[in-house]
Amino acid sequence: MKRYLLKSFLGMILTLFITITLTFFIVRAAPGGPFDRERVLPPAVQANIEAKYHLNDPLIKQYIDYMTDIIFRFDLGDSFTYNDHDVNYYIATSLPHSMLLGFISLTLATVMGVGVGIISALKQNRWPDYTAMSVAVIGISVPLFVIGPLLMYVLALKLKWLPTSGWINGRNGWVTLIMPVITLSFPYFARIARLGRASVLEVLKSDYIRTARAKGLSSAVIVFKHVLKGSLLPVVSYLGPAFAAIMTGSVVVEQIFRVPGMGTYFVKSALNRDYTLLMGAMIVYSIILIVMNFLVDVLYSVLDPRVSYE
Amino acid sequence: MKKVLLFVLITATMVSFYSCNKSSEAPEAKAATPKEPVEFIINNGAEPESLDPNKIEGVPEHRIYMALFEGLVAYDPKSGRAVPGMAESWDITNGGKTYTFHLRDAVWSDGVKITAQTFVDSWLRECNPETASPYSWFPAMFIEGADAYVNGEAGPEAVNIKAVDDKTFQINLVGPLPYVIDALAHYAFAVVPIHAIEKYGDDWIKPENFVSNGPFVLEEWLPRQQLSVVPNEKYWDRKSVKLDRVIYLSNDDNNTAHNMYLNGEADWNVTVPLDQMDAVQDEPWYVNAPYLGTYYYIIENKTAPFDDVRVRKALTLAIDRETIVKKITKGGQIPAYSMVPDMDGYPVLDDPKSHNFAKDVETAKKLLADAGYAGGAGFPDDVVILYNTSEAHKKIAEFIQEQWKQNLGINVTLQNMEWATYLQQRREHNFTVARAGWIGDYPDPNTFLDMFLAPESLDGAWGGNDGRYDNPKYDALIEKAATMEAGAARFSTLKEAEKYFITEDQGVLPIYFYTSNNLIDMDKWGGWYPNVMDNHPPKTIYLK
Repeated sequence: MKRYLLKSFLGMILTLFITITLTFFIVRAAPGGPFDRERVLPPAVQANIEAKYHLNDPLIKQYIDYMTDIIFRFDLGDSFTYNDHDVNYYIATSLPHSMLLGFISLTLATVMGVGVGIISALKQNRWPDYTAMSVAVIGISVPLFVIGPLLMYVLALKLKWLPTSGWINGRNGWVTLIMPVITLSFPYFARIARLGRASVLEVLKSDYIRTARAKGLSSAVIVFKHVLKGSLLPVVSYLGPAFAAIMTGSVVVEQIFRVPGMGTYFVKSALNRDYTLLMGAMIVYSIILIVMNFLVDVLYSVLDPRVSYE
Repeated sequence: MKKVLLFVLITATMVSFYSCNKSSEAPEAKAATPKEPVEFIINNGAEPESLDPNKIEGVPEHRIYMALFEGLVAYDPKSGRAVPGMAESWDITNGGKTYTFHLRDAVWSDGVKITAQTFVDSWLRECNPETASPYSWFPAMFIEGADAYVNGEAGPEAVNIKAVDDKTFQINLVGPLPYVIDALAHYAFAVVPIHAIEKYGDDWIKPENFVSNGPFVLEEWLPRQQLSVVPNEKYWDRKSVKLDRVIYLSNDDNNTAHNMYLNGEADWNVTVPLDQMDAVQDEPWYVNAPYLGTYYYIIENKTAPFDDVRVRKALTLAIDRETIVKKITKGGQIPAYSMVPDMDGYPVLDDPKSHNFAKDVETAKKLLADAGYAGGAGFPDDVVILYNTSEAHKKIAEFIQEQWKQNLGINVTLQNMEWATYLQQRREHNFTVARAGWIGDYPDPNTFLDMFLAPESLDGAWGGNDGRYDNPKYDALIEKAATMEAGAARFSTLKEAEKYFITEDQGVLPIYFYTSNNLIDMDKWGGWYPNVMDNHPPKTIYLK
């Protein structure tokens, strides 16, 4: 097990290194630069700005400087768009908001999804199953940018129960969480419910469940002790990347409900050619993704006796 | 186990983060004093990129600048033009080239005096190549010697500005530029707190270090949420400031902003989403006014067949602008047949009322036939309209595509690109027809004309003249006007230049003049006026 952990850790570092390097060169290969505007700057002004951000250095020197700053000082550099703070500041002020929203949404989606999945499977091809799976199809097929504004229209503009948008540290407080959480968790809930249903159905047909029934165990024990553990495997492997994606923020939900999370920086920095902020967001996302995949592997060995890293 | 551990870890991070933030919530709680404080909430658009006047370049930043800073001159809320600010008065000597400003007694929000030397230091900071201000070309356009300093050819001593004494500040211009006073209200000519910048370095913009000289001071800045300002007790005209707090919301979603306004969560919206235009038309709180900007199509003047003026003329005459502004943009935009919007003393060159679209189409057909493409026969079929991704640009491009097909028999295709890629295509002249827009920097025709100079009249490059319009007669007139004093003679020289550009050469295809579309209840809020610069200083806004 130790050997496996060490090997995966080294693999993670290598993956991260390759990701950073590739991203560094790819973002710079995109047409246009961070200081292109409708108005053409006089060459001298353009040169002054480029010199300030060391964009006039040879590319390889920029790369080495960038890597040195990250490795030795955890410094992701100055943003090219936002002049008053550096990339570390923008990530530190936005990531916790994304993580909070993502964490609550995914927890809700998982609890509801697994629950609904089990019920659907147990009542297969009866009305609870049809209802749940119809809702799930809506969740998977209707995009966030439709669900979000629809919720806002009904709950805020028509019923006046909630403020349209904002965030928990603003004037309206915790109620601002409701709509973004519902919107963001809906598609995840739908996928988890379908995954859960399919895998519960599969497990229910397996021999060890038949054995358990034959032993005369109560259905509750069978479902919660035997079926649940076995059928969670596909859900767990789905949760890894889902966790990484939802933690780094959803640009759609963030923009609609004015959540000050990281997703918007990710998209805006790409459009602005804000190389450093884009790289920063990319690195955070990669780390979360790599770590989550690693955790999923470890969880697998806990949940599934057939998987072992000894 | 791992999962439980992760849960605990994340929860702990959240809790510590939000408990740290508690302190920043305090001001709101404190505000609940007996007399309800008057707050004014603005949906300000994108997150401000900076608060440092020497580093900003966008409109959302400019709105915040107007609250926090005041230059030699400020903006008049009614006209949007310059009125005395830090300077009480000024004398113009030396044939319009020397301006001497008499400063009023004023201090920074921390009590430090503002002197003529503060202005000298601030302007030198703006021009300093190390500051790398994106707007440093602006002072360089006006102030003698500033260009050399910005370019790194000379030191700060070359810049011809001086503090005659504590309260007298003198500047020397490169020529008798009549629009300089309006231009001086711009943030590129701001006065900045040199003493605080020297003390805190780049951290001077943090709320705890922030020093300003305008009607308001910075209270709090939560990135991508909101920025709030409260009155500056040391401001020279404190009694005119009526609002107790102004909140600038960062908002990237126009539809959410619109819903916020409808729900009473914002007091002023600076834009209206295209699909809500019909809904707001008759609302009393929809304020529509002409805006100093032109929406136009550029044409690659040196690429055949567009190097033939008859082709360019035919293309422009075959566009039904009336339908574009009535059915697509719907914001009261004004059809444009010339480049410069209507200004005091400078009426539009080509009055839209003089046009009859049916007749224009006949002329267009004839011109195209004369150029050898009767009914569109033989016209190249690889012509592309390039535009940056946006719903409105797309609809306009589709309409124009249809018009050219219907009226001239020409087939063009459309191509949209995201902003940076689109700009690069333009800069490299790698297009045939492309969408463009221009907002004037100051209320003078020159700001709409001097970007179309050819390289020999600029610094050897095409600059912003992406369509490579090239006529030495035009260049000569623009350069002549730059040396003339304010008045009818100068305007007629500029008009003559515009005639070459549009009437003779059709260097670009103007589509419409912009309008500003604000949402604000003017029965509730006073001191806010529609104006052609769309400048609305918060200093004068009050609750009726």
